[in-house]
Amino acid sequence: MKREPLIFEVSDKGKRAFRLPKLDVPCGQDPWRGYSLRESIEGFPQVSEIEVVRHFTRLSQWNHAVDIGFYPLGSCTMKYNPKVNERVAAFPGFAGVHPLAPEEYAQGCLEVLKRTEELLGEITGMDAFTLQPAAGAHGELVGMMLIRAALADRGDPRRVVLIPDSAHGTNPSSAHLCGYRVQEIKSDGSGRVDMAGLEKAMTSEVAALMVTNPNTLGVFETDIRKIAAVVHSRGGFLYMDGANMNALCGVCRPGDMDVDVIHLNLHKTFSTPHGGGGPGGGPVGVKNVLEPYLPGPKVDRRDGRLVLVADLPKSIGRVRSFHGNFLVVVKALAYILSLGAEGLKEMSEVAVLNANYIRKSLEGLFHLKYQTPTLHECVFSDKFQKEHGISNLDIAKRLIDYGVHPPTMSFPLIVPGALMIEPTETEPRRELDVFIEAMKAIAREAKESPELLKSAPHASPVRRLNETAAARNPVLRWTEDMTEPSRE
Amino acid sequence: MYPGDFYYTKDHEWVRVQGQDAVMGITDFAQKQLGDVVFVQLPEVGANLEAHQSIGTIESVKAVSDVFSPLAGEVTAVNGDLVDNPEIINQDPHGKGWIMRLKPADPKAVERLMKAAEYEKHLEGLDKET
Repeated sequence: MKREPLIFEVSDKGKRAFRLPKLDVPCGQDPWRGYSLRESIEGFPQVSEIEVVRHFTRLSQWNHAVDIGFYPLGSCTMKYNPKVNERVAAFPGFAGVHPLAPEEYAQGCLEVLKRTEELLGEITGMDAFTLQPAAGAHGELVGMMLIRAALADRGDPRRVVLIPDSAHGTNPSSAHLCGYRVQEIKSDGSGRVDMAGLEKAMTSEVAALMVTNPNTLGVFETDIRKIAAVVHSRGGFLYMDGANMNALCGVCRPGDMDVDVIHLNLHKTFSTPHGGGGPGGGPVGVKNVLEPYLPGPKVDRRDGRLVLVADLPKSIGRVRSFHGNFLVVVKALAYILSLGAEGLKEMSEVAVLNANYIRKSLEGLFHLKYQTPTLHECVFSDKFQKEHGISNLDIAKRLIDYGVHPPTMSFPLIVPGALMIEPTETEPRRELDVFIEAMKAIAREAKESPELLKSAPHASPVRRLNETAAARNPVLRWTEDMTEPSRE
Repeated sequence: MYPGDFYYTKDHEWVRVQGQDAVMGITDFAQKQLGDVVFVQLPEVGANLEAHQSIGTIESVKAVSDVFSPLAGEVTAVNGDLVDNPEIINQDPHGKGWIMRLKPADPKAVERLMKAAEYEKHLEGLDKET
């Protein structure tokens, strides 16, 4: 494939996109007087409009996106984002509103916030929500801050947070950032929280257990209420990472599982754009006992109107400017309303069905460490392919040749050589079959022509990159005297 | 493969007793699991560690993993070479890839860790499990 030059490399002095006509009216006082302005920015590329447009259009064509192909990135829920959400979010009343507009001029926007909080409460069984957190890990941090505030209020500050080894990788960081020491709880043979281990670890020093349900193996914690009882009996809180909520909507509710705090990912479960198309949204839901600590200001209904309440003496305060990523909330609300209660249930059912269709079709060809039934994702490993010297990395790179985004790799850590596959409900069966056939072909290639896998990808604009060199000696800035690194 | 005069933990750290001090690093099994190491976060000299306390992280192209102190004690030295050359851990995990040296709070505690034969058995068990 043709090499795409960097924008700096097509730069020539004096080229520019457009020129303004000469000023033909008298020039008033220089409006920039008193500001320090530069005549030019050294090293800034100088290119024509068509060069800019072509460069970035070509780069965008090299990108993989859910609008282009299958994107089974496990635990990331890369579902299709319905275009109607974008249309709604672009309504001038939403897109053009000033974040400091007085309440009486923003009743519709406040209604969106309140309505979304209420609907998320209904979906999850939690009593109250904040929509401020900007994404999932931010939601986790806020959730842990609420727990810390409640414990401090109780005069019982604690030091430890328990996290199962099947939890999302961000959980330990969030607990640590909140000042807690993290202690790991091992999984049992079925891939669930080991109850004996939890019983032993759950002391009066433990502030919370952070559980991901279904966990990163896709396994539902069937003992969740027993887990909650153990945690509560020793004065701790149960935090649920709701990133995998796509498996549960309309089927069961974390609130009914005695969960005290949950964060959701609007950009996963509720179909708002993800990755480069973000930003995200990480609402946090709580039970009544934690509600006083929620960030403010809060939207409240009073005498048929919506008001912003800032007088919240126990609140942990603001965690995000204004009201969070408001347009992301609009898109999530559009999604929830367009699916409705029945639609949300079907969404989760089909997500589970699709994942199990893949699991069943590839069982035997790829190793499954845990035999427990799984919900919305399944975790294979490279154990069978290892016999031919093929690793999960080789499999992932080869998938690129088949037009598929590689699945999540090497996580969870309890499955060595993991390939975590989450198709989501939006994939038609035909797409699933194309993926399954690609995986079957790769399993064959691993036996018959392993070199093909080791040197993959072959069909992409760049071949196998040296990730180690990139991580050890990252080159983050272009300079004029830079030579292209060798392709070896 | 695994030196007979070392002690080992389930988390794949090794300990070598040197006079009053204990030197520790991660095992060959651990470095293989991690793949190419790209960053090592070292503890501070003088820090007092509890047994099984996280002393920092090792980052590889695959994952970021905690490293735990196998023993309680005070850190007396760290391997500064790892800052610029983290690949030493891959090249010589049981030698030049050592991570820290500490003065154990209880000199007898090390004897409660696994011996080489026991550790190798532990690894076989892991292999069956996966």
